[in-house]
Amino acid sequence: MSNRMTYREAMREAIWAAMSADDRVFLMGEDVGHYGGCYAVSKGMLDEFGPERVRDTPLSESGFSGAGIGAALGGMRPIVEIMTCNFALLALDQIMNSAATLRHMSGGQFHVSLVIRMATGAGRQLAAQHSHSLEGWFAHIPGLRILAPATVADARAMLPRALEDPDPVLIFENALLYNREGDVPEDLGAIDIDHAKVERSGNDISLITYGGSLWKCLEAAEKLSAAGVSAEVIDLRVLRPLDDSTIMTSVAKTRRALIVDEGWRSGSLSAEIMARIMEQTFWTLDAPPTRLCSAEVPIPYAKHLEEAALPQVDGIVEAARKLAGT
Amino acid sequence: MTLSKLRLDRKHCRTLLKQMLRVRRFEEKCAELYTKEKIRGFLHLYIGEEAVAAGIMQVLQDEDAVVATYREHGHALLRGVPAGEIMAEMYGKQEGCSRGRGGSMHLFHAPTRFYGGNAIVGGGLPLAVGLALADQMQARSNVTVCFFGEGAAAEGEFHESLNLAALWKLPVLFVCENNLYAMGTALDISESETDIHAKAASYNIESETVDGMNIVDVEVAARRAVDFVRAGSGPYFLECQTYRFRAHSMFDAELYRDKEEVRQWTEAGPIKRFQTWAMEAGELNQGDVDEIETEVASEVAAAVEFAEAGSWEPVETLLNNVGAEARL
Repeated sequence: MSNRMTYREAMREAIWAAMSADDRVFLMGEDVGHYGGCYAVSKGMLDEFGPERVRDTPLSESGFSGAGIGAALGGMRPIVEIMTCNFALLALDQIMNSAATLRHMSGGQFHVSLVIRMATGAGRQLAAQHSHSLEGWFAHIPGLRILAPATVADARAMLPRALEDPDPVLIFENALLYNREGDVPEDLGAIDIDHAKVERSGNDISLITYGGSLWKCLEAAEKLSAAGVSAEVIDLRVLRPLDDSTIMTSVAKTRRALIVDEGWRSGSLSAEIMARIMEQTFWTLDAPPTRLCSAEVPIPYAKHLEEAALPQVDGIVEAARKLAGT
Repeated sequence: MTLSKLRLDRKHCRTLLKQMLRVRRFEEKCAELYTKEKIRGFLHLYIGEEAVAAGIMQVLQDEDAVVATYREHGHALLRGVPAGEIMAEMYGKQEGCSRGRGGSMHLFHAPTRFYGGNAIVGGGLPLAVGLALADQMQARSNVTVCFFGEGAAAEGEFHESLNLAALWKLPVLFVCENNLYAMGTALDISESETDIHAKAASYNIESETVDGMNIVDVEVAARRAVDFVRAGSGPYFLECQTYRFRAHSMFDAELYRDKEEVRQWTEAGPIKRFQTWAMEAGELNQGDVDEIETEVASEVAAAVEFAEAGSWEPVETLLNNVGAEARL
């Protein structure tokens, strides 16, 4: 049994259900209440739960993220919403210096069960201060769990798991996915926040990706199939800690790896995955791993330039065919 | 319930003097142990500012929360964190209050709701706002006290936090320890408005300035402030004017202030001042003072002994406490 809904609806249902089930859960962020959420995720929640639990904040990312940390220390289960990951840089001090470190600095006496959600990704002509994919930066930080739900099922299922986590969890929602429809299973219990998932099975090459790029990779895999290349597509789902086992099992089978990451190339998540492949499964490879990332430029406004800056289906197909030698 | 009445009887005078002396003697020992390389890293001494934390802590209840800065040995001690655990923490021993992972700047203690030990200037204010928010949402009448220096007033987090606390009427007592210097930068060369409590007032927060070198003044103001906050009337802001007698940290050559200024403030030091007053008023005599000194010396000696006897965490557990064990 499953229900069909959009990614936005799945996220809304997830927050709604969590707030109904647990009085400690509340939502806090810019425009989550009266406006209904800048991506309309929290539409209707203010009427249902009231302004205490659907809490509009001033434009104080550091202040309200830190307040979320404090509220978690005080026994609540806050969900902090930050409009985009570019804005999350204003809260980086609290996320990095407090949320990620308090358990450790206190010798394990305190823990921060906080969920921070934010939109990420480009593709809407929002230019260089609203379009970046900075999840790789956050994935650098020990003490955080970084999730990137790409499917509607994950949009529904990851949040309750994140709220159960005793430590801070950041959820990056690619803004292009909010309108995407998909199926949500009745039983969410089987969906974890620990493992990557093989979204499509194949034998010739592993396409390793996450978030918005998953759908581009699946489309590319379809095209590759028509060209006689059997591509396996892995949705990382969890960007920290990385699920090495699923990645290495796939690469050991296909012997070729193409990583598709909307983040920039230098010092990136794609670089980390590539390094791990080299460390762990080098001798099974038939070709050097390769990767497709965003061009090293702030995301431009003009549509054709923005498209050129991002990994696209044709580019994935081309890179995969080159790697597969076809 | 009101706590506003302060009775300066012999017993209370003894308590106030003893609490300040506990911090003073403990930190003098810390400085000595630093020169002996028993304590490493940064060591920020509170010497000279004891009346602030000692006055405020008189008024708190067990369920209240405390958020402090990297100059927090005194706050931890006065809040009830055992002296031995604080000293062991500074030694880096696993018997320390943060298991040796924090050191001097990151003292934490769950049993007394002591939330650090925060070494990003201004970083503790949002935490205090959140702790108070949790109390408010769960209908508890606790107070969260947040200590910070005047340097924090230049940080965005200071302004964001004051606004949030006032907007949501949160039970936070903000205590600004204005010691005139943000490390080596004087207030008047870093702030366009040097009246710190006026900044709080601009957020519609009840605020006042108090002589932070006078423990009685601090305690009286703290009672007023804590009563106000606990009654659910919203946050309160106390600016305590004080002075740091020692260098900013052990690496500071103090090029930014002259010796005469330090001498004048030291003359008017909080311990000397209170002790002199209490003796002149006949509340304490030399015998009392000697007795207190003996008690304090024995507490400090026991703390050092505890730290010396402590053990090093095995390197095998290096990765502990990054996340919950069950999740790793």
